[in-house]
Amino acid sequence: MWLSKSHRVLPGFHVGLGYTVTILTLLLILPLIACLFKVATLTPEQFFAAVWTERARAAYLLSFGASFVAAVINVAIGLLLAWVLVRYEFWGRRFLDSLIDLPFALPTAVAGLVFSSLLVKQGWYGQFLVPLGIKGAYSQLGIIIVLVFVGLPFVVRTVQPVLESLEGDTEEAAAMLGANRWQTMWRVLLPALQPSLMTGFALSFARGLGEYGSVIFISGNMPRKTEIAPVLIVARLEQFAYAEATAIAVVLMAMSLVSLALVNWLERRSRRYAP
Amino acid sequence: MSISICNISKQFGDFVALKDVSLEVPSGSLLALLGPSGSGKTTLLRIIAGLEQADAGHIKVQDEDVSQLSARDREVGFVFQHYALFKHMSVFENIAFGMRVRHLKDAEVRPRVNELLHLVRLEGLGNRYPSELSGGQRQRVALARALAVKPRLLLLDEPFGALDAKVRQELRTWLRNLHEEMHVTTVFVTHDQEEAFEVADRVVVMKQGHIEQAGTPQDVFDHPATPFVMDFLGHVNVFHGRLEAGQMHLPGFAMEYPEYQNPVSRDATAYVRPHEVELDRTPQLETSLPVRVVHVNPAGPVTRVRLVSDAFGAAINVDLSPGRYRELALRPGDQVFATPKRLRVFLPDDYVI
Repeated sequence: MWLSKSHRVLPGFHVGLGYTVTILTLLLILPLIACLFKVATLTPEQFFAAVWTERARAAYLLSFGASFVAAVINVAIGLLLAWVLVRYEFWGRRFLDSLIDLPFALPTAVAGLVFSSLLVKQGWYGQFLVPLGIKGAYSQLGIIIVLVFVGLPFVVRTVQPVLESLEGDTEEAAAMLGANRWQTMWRVLLPALQPSLMTGFALSFARGLGEYGSVIFISGNMPRKTEIAPVLIVARLEQFAYAEATAIAVVLMAMSLVSLALVNWLERRSRRYAP
Repeated sequence: MSISICNISKQFGDFVALKDVSLEVPSGSLLALLGPSGSGKTTLLRIIAGLEQADAGHIKVQDEDVSQLSARDREVGFVFQHYALFKHMSVFENIAFGMRVRHLKDAEVRPRVNELLHLVRLEGLGNRYPSELSGGQRQRVALARALAVKPRLLLLDEPFGALDAKVRQELRTWLRNLHEEMHVTTVFVTHDQEEAFEVADRVVVMKQGHIEQAGTPQDVFDHPATPFVMDFLGHVNVFHGRLEAGQMHLPGFAMEYPEYQNPVSRDATAYVRPHEVELDRTPQLETSLPVRVVHVNPAGPVTRVRLVSDAFGAAINVDLSPGRYRELALRPGDQVFATPKRLRVFLPDDYVI
């Protein structure tokens, strides 16, 4: 037995583990294996030809790049929002707080449509932005904007509880030791929030990688310019090139796993002070 | 550095936290602000620190008015009840923080931190994180951190409140010794009268936003200014009765009180400390009170006896020396006679005799 014979308050470890493994297998591992089987019908040359075209590389780059930029923006905006919601008492705070979750519930296609109609030349935002040369609709910028929208709740919701648990006396202690506001922010508050910011970043980034619905409505889906990897997969499917589509999906998945593992590792490292 | 607190008032909404409080803290003293919760002691401490702004009045440190200075410009060390350590920093960096934000060179910071680690007896723990320390150790780190920048004053807000009894006892002694070494003017807040009397060389008793009494521990203990102070300082026996011509009359018995010779009878409250009552097998005076032993607690330096007067109906606590306790060989149920040796009488209009 690999388990030490300790008595637990709640019995059923083996049942619980079996349950977990079964669910994970059914939901994650089997579909993944199915993908790999499908890809195995391709020869290595065919596989490489499918996943490493110029168009595919541009799509990976855009997917990862836009998700990364959107996640960075989300960390900044989300931190500020969480700060305001936690630290200040004002009329309508609870309403604002529940508004934060809206992107979770809203069909993302709706978000894509709304944002593209706002950002076109005649739209509310576009009428001011387009004359300045800022084209939000049908551009890479548009993709970043909708990814910021769909990823926003993640940062707010991960930072909020940590901010709530930070006692005010930590800041007071910093002030008593002679730190100015800036030093308190950089040396005391942000490092304390760093792990939760990293988590929020990872979630927002992952969400961006998987996002499809909103992006197709705002990006214009021009190959090599505004086509993200999931859109490329769908394009291949529409050509009945199922194996090629799956091959791109597998590459996207592998890249996602590697980048998420990296973020997770960074996150754990930043938590080293709390065993 | 001496502190002068002049006519400080502070209100939180409708709650009056402090009203017109004035107090002198002599340079180099170790002063305890003692009082129940809600007495305004922590608010006063935070106003001295600059963490709270007074509505009226001002604070002087060594003749300099600091009322308008922000907390970070006051050069005050502050120790919080729950330590408020920076969790993401090592012990070393916590202590170094004050010097780091002043941009001191590493060559200056390092020896100073090591010196402080030695002072708080935490050598070798510099690389630990606060979460890896015990409560007592954390509070010592907090103290070292406050001392690192050589503050003009040291303020401690219920510093030992969150610690268990044994550690608290240790840290009290240690704080007292530390103060002898450093001689920084120190003010600490506590609700524990034992702690105040053991550590401080001046005690200030507060109640509902004002100072009831300030003085040396000896002064305050021997001459409590008000019934509140008397009551707050320990498990005192309280008797309500009438005072008349040198005697305090209580239902069932009387006590001598020669200080009041006025034949006019008036309501009064008498306080008798547990160690100021004598117990005997036979009545010492004709006014001695017959009582029955209910409980005896012989643990500790004094033997605490709880008695009840069947005629009088109330419980009385008496502390006996272990020697006297052995002489009397008291057992629960025994009938004995209690003779108060010293009473303090307060008349209801606060006229103190």
